[in-house]
Amino acid sequence: MENTKEIIEHISNLAHLEFDDEELKAITPQFSKILDYIDELSKIDLEGVEPMTHVLEDVNVMRDDIVKESITVKEALKNAPKHNDIFFKVPKVFD
Amino acid sequence: MNEEIYEKYEPVIGLEIHAQLLTESKAFSSSSTKFGASPNTNTDPITLAHPGTLPVLNRKVVDYAIMMGLATNCKIREKNLFARKNYFYQDLPKGYQISQDKTPICYEGYLEIELDETNTKRIGITRIHMEEDSGKSIHDLDIDTLVDFNRAGVALIEIVSEPDIRSSNEAYLYLTQLKQILVYLGINTGNMEEGALRVDANVSVRPIGREKFGTRTEIKNLNSFRNVEKAIDYEVKRQIELIENGGEVRQVTMQWDGNANKTKEMRTKEMSHDYRYFPEPDLPPLLVGVDWVEKVKSAMPELPLTRKNRFVDQYEIPSYDAGVLIADKEIADFYEETIKKLEDKSTANNKLVSNWVMTEVMRLIQDRDTTVTDLKVSPEHIAEIVDLISSGAISNKIAKDIFSEVELGKSPKSIVEERGLEQVSDTSLIDDLVKEVISANPDSVEKFKSGNAKVKGFFVGQIMKKSKGKANPQLVSDIVDKYLN
Repeated sequence: MENTKEIIEHISNLAHLEFDDEELKAITPQFSKILDYIDELSKIDLEGVEPMTHVLEDVNVMRDDIVKESITVKEALKNAPKHNDIFFKVPKVFD
Repeated sequence: MNEEIYEKYEPVIGLEIHAQLLTESKAFSSSSTKFGASPNTNTDPITLAHPGTLPVLNRKVVDYAIMMGLATNCKIREKNLFARKNYFYQDLPKGYQISQDKTPICYEGYLEIELDETNTKRIGITRIHMEEDSGKSIHDLDIDTLVDFNRAGVALIEIVSEPDIRSSNEAYLYLTQLKQILVYLGINTGNMEEGALRVDANVSVRPIGREKFGTRTEIKNLNSFRNVEKAIDYEVKRQIELIENGGEVRQVTMQWDGNANKTKEMRTKEMSHDYRYFPEPDLPPLLVGVDWVEKVKSAMPELPLTRKNRFVDQYEIPSYDAGVLIADKEIADFYEETIKKLEDKSTANNKLVSNWVMTEVMRLIQDRDTTVTDLKVSPEHIAEIVDLISSGAISNKIAKDIFSEVELGKSPKSIVEERGLEQVSDTSLIDDLVKEVISANPDSVEKFKSGNAKVKGFFVGQIMKKSKGKANPQLVSDIVDKYLN
């Protein structure tokens, strides 16, 4: 595919991922294959076919508006790579 | 630039409003939504996107969304899907926001805004959809960015208008009415400072007469109606000047800088959004049948505009009064409560109550920076005052004089009794006073009879003085007429 490089750049940008040349070399053909496969799927004539969004036929699975105690702040922060007593911490991002 | 040049252009404005729904728990989890809680206390594994967790829809979110749809003349969609809106940001633990894409629950509605006493304008509502709020980032307290997920997952509705708005004033009127409706329905606090209501504006300009829209910019971060007006005015002016100087408007996202009073462009990298919407597989379809819609409809409280019209019809007060009274639901409630407590239920008294609420009561609220329910003055008090005035027991002037005591919670009736302020409306008593004054002033009677009408004022004054100000002035005037003519 011609514009695979641009697509990879766009997608990695959206995901905030960076690849060096070595990595790009490795993933480009893999990614290209995925795109080709999707292209192939796109060729199927789906005129008049409603998309199947769910495998199960359940509808209207809901709960009542009731608050339940769950985890403590300490537990909430436990798995975060960086935090203080009450906040999660992430590298500075500018708005 | 010459003023006339601005008048050659017409602004085209569409508004997107995010309103936090007043549910107890979040849209898809049982965490509390309480505002102002200590950071990260209102979270759970769903909010934090722990692996293996599944969202479950809060029924009340759907009820509230339907309510808002009905209040804005929308159609309600039967088959709803949720969608993932994908973007990567630290305030969004899952990496996507659960929203609705192609199947908003409400669509094709409208709102009538009142431009003035006689003219209304219809503003189309494209859609209202359900979604979840993001967390909050704090950039200026630490070397790192701090994140609080209390808000993440709180239920929102996004209300998107058609580009039907043509001025900042129309935008203001539209927003004011939307906010009134949200508050009347009890589904939103209306508090913009707390972020419960947030506005984005899409603004473009076109030469008057041209059908095609100009390129629009989107202004974010509008946290008060005043800022919405200011930002629109600024942006309209900026775009016209740009075009007149040979430039071209680019489709960008702007931010309103309330300190500098100007819009500024957000960096392009932040807007390179490509949300890659797709159906949310974790939530099954939501079917909203006629029964559900009917049930919500039957439980809907009265809407502000309906209430305004009812006030005009039922109480026969001017439309202006009705508009002022209904603007705040609690004040409208106070007014109706007062009417109920009146002994004399004449139409004139309805207007009298309106006068007292619009002047004295609303002044108190403003002076004390409080709400009507926190005042010591009650509907009973105002009803007593109005009854006392309309029965002739006290004059308007005395009523105003005693209000400083009523303010503190004292009953007007007991103040009047204790201080003996009741007006003298006993005809025979006044009759005696009039006869007394007339027989004591034969010269003045002659003057009156020879055509000097001013002398009547002298008689009335003398009689009022003799009664120590308590005689009913209207009665005095009538009786003086009787004897002089």
